[in-house]
Amino acid sequence: MIGFVQSLGASVLALSRMIGGIVLFTAIALRWVLVPPFYGRQIVRQMVDIGYYSLPVVGLTTLFSGMVLALQSYTGFARFSAEDTVATVVVLSITRELGPVLAGLMVAGRVGASIAAEIGTMRVTDQIDALDTLSTRPMQYLVGPRIIAGIVCLPILVLIGDIIGVFGGYLVGVYNLDFNASVYLSKTLEFLEFEDVFIGLVKAAIFGFIITLMGCYHGYYSGRGAEGVGKATTNAVVSASILILIANYTVTALFFG
Amino acid sequence: MSENKTQAVKIEISNLKKQFGTNQVLTGFNLSIRKGESLCLIGTSGCGKSVALKCLIGLVSADSGSIKVDGHETIGQSRAENEALLRRFGMTFQFGALFDSLPIWENVTFRLRQKEKLSKKIAREIAGDIINQLGLAPHVLDLFPAELSGGMQKRAAIARAIADKPEILLFDEPTSGLDPITSGVINDLILNSVNRLGATTLTISHDMASVRQIADTVAMIHQGQIIWCGPVADMHDTGIAEVDQFVNGKAYGPLTSNPPDTNVAQHSEMPV
Repeated sequence: MIGFVQSLGASVLALSRMIGGIVLFTAIALRWVLVPPFYGRQIVRQMVDIGYYSLPVVGLTTLFSGMVLALQSYTGFARFSAEDTVATVVVLSITRELGPVLAGLMVAGRVGASIAAEIGTMRVTDQIDALDTLSTRPMQYLVGPRIIAGIVCLPILVLIGDIIGVFGGYLVGVYNLDFNASVYLSKTLEFLEFEDVFIGLVKAAIFGFIITLMGCYHGYYSGRGAEGVGKATTNAVVSASILILIANYTVTALFFG
Repeated sequence: MSENKTQAVKIEISNLKKQFGTNQVLTGFNLSIRKGESLCLIGTSGCGKSVALKCLIGLVSADSGSIKVDGHETIGQSRAENEALLRRFGMTFQFGALFDSLPIWENVTFRLRQKEKLSKKIAREIAGDIINQLGLAPHVLDLFPAELSGGMQKRAAIARAIADKPEILLFDEPTSGLDPITSGVINDLILNSVNRLGATTLTISHDMASVRQIADTVAMIHQGQIIWCGPVADMHDTGIAEVDQFVNGKAYGPLTSNPPDTNVAQHSEMPV
């Protein structure tokens, strides 16, 4: 019994320490995001890494999700003669939920892991300490540009993903389910409101912050050697994915609840 | 090597203590380095040499004690003061710590470009001059660290450390992992660079040949304290068993090869 209480206490302490560490790291990171110098070249480089190179993954994911959604919703809605709502369901599902969440999760896997691995490797090879000795604040040089790039790029990725996902639904609707193309398009736009897209983009910006923050945090505090960097990478992806799902529900409840 | 026996004290470390968890790494570390002196800090792996070095430049905050540079206390100083202090130091790390994502010319001029706006052309010229002094070919400027051999990486790291002409140079095991000939070349480069800059130098090394070549003074750390400090010529005859064992590389003696864990990366402090 005492052993159980001890291990429970140790787990609670470890969790508290981690949460406290993340909160402190977030506060310090936000501070350095807002204070010059801004390292423009680093920001551009990160935007290319996070945004441009994630386009194929996000595009393919949303394309096939839109196609599957059109097929599934058609099959379901046909049972109560509501097939003509397929276009509306596809566009609302993609813009409000699937676009941001799927893009967030895919980018978390690709970018979160890469950030944690890069910063973790810099930690274990003393490159972070070297930055300090070269009159450069590591938080400002490494973390700030990645967070800025994440917040800027995710909404752009999601916007493009939304368009590709809706296009996927259109392809299936028109060429597989025999919808009239102009009717499908008019149904797509008829019930779509600015708020649907905007809140999706707000979610995307939050997800971009979460992904880059988790990548940086776990990389910054990476353990030694390949094993430590490997664990940091896994932890970055897992924690970012979980936080994205939690944040998604929270934002949805706030705006649409 | 310099003749600075009467020079003023540049760095004065007194009763420095540092603990990671339950592991007391520095237990009252005292060291004094005169201006222009080249001091080598020796000791077994994990005995706290790198921690002492990182405390000196504020990468790790000491629990207690005093570190004075030119008589100015550095422990407890503000972040801005610490950044100003760091600008007076140049440092090379054990494995080079060159930035993987930057070519050599950007690595070498990294600090200069942080300080002032330098065009790419001028920065490359400066980097070219420095790596030329260190015996590297001009084409190295555009290579990335992963494309260089260990010896070339060490030279590039030295180039980065001396680029801004610092007053104090710190070398963390500059010849580790190198063959004896390359080690000798690196030692010569360190000596030349130090003499040209007139810098005060603190070097951590396990390589006794290197110590003999570059040191004016040698200090040995054991169990978190300096147990001997004296001229390099005297290190073979100290009468201290630990120093004799280490200097002569004897397998048996008071020193063991299973030191406590003092890996700083495991104990990273919250950045500020």
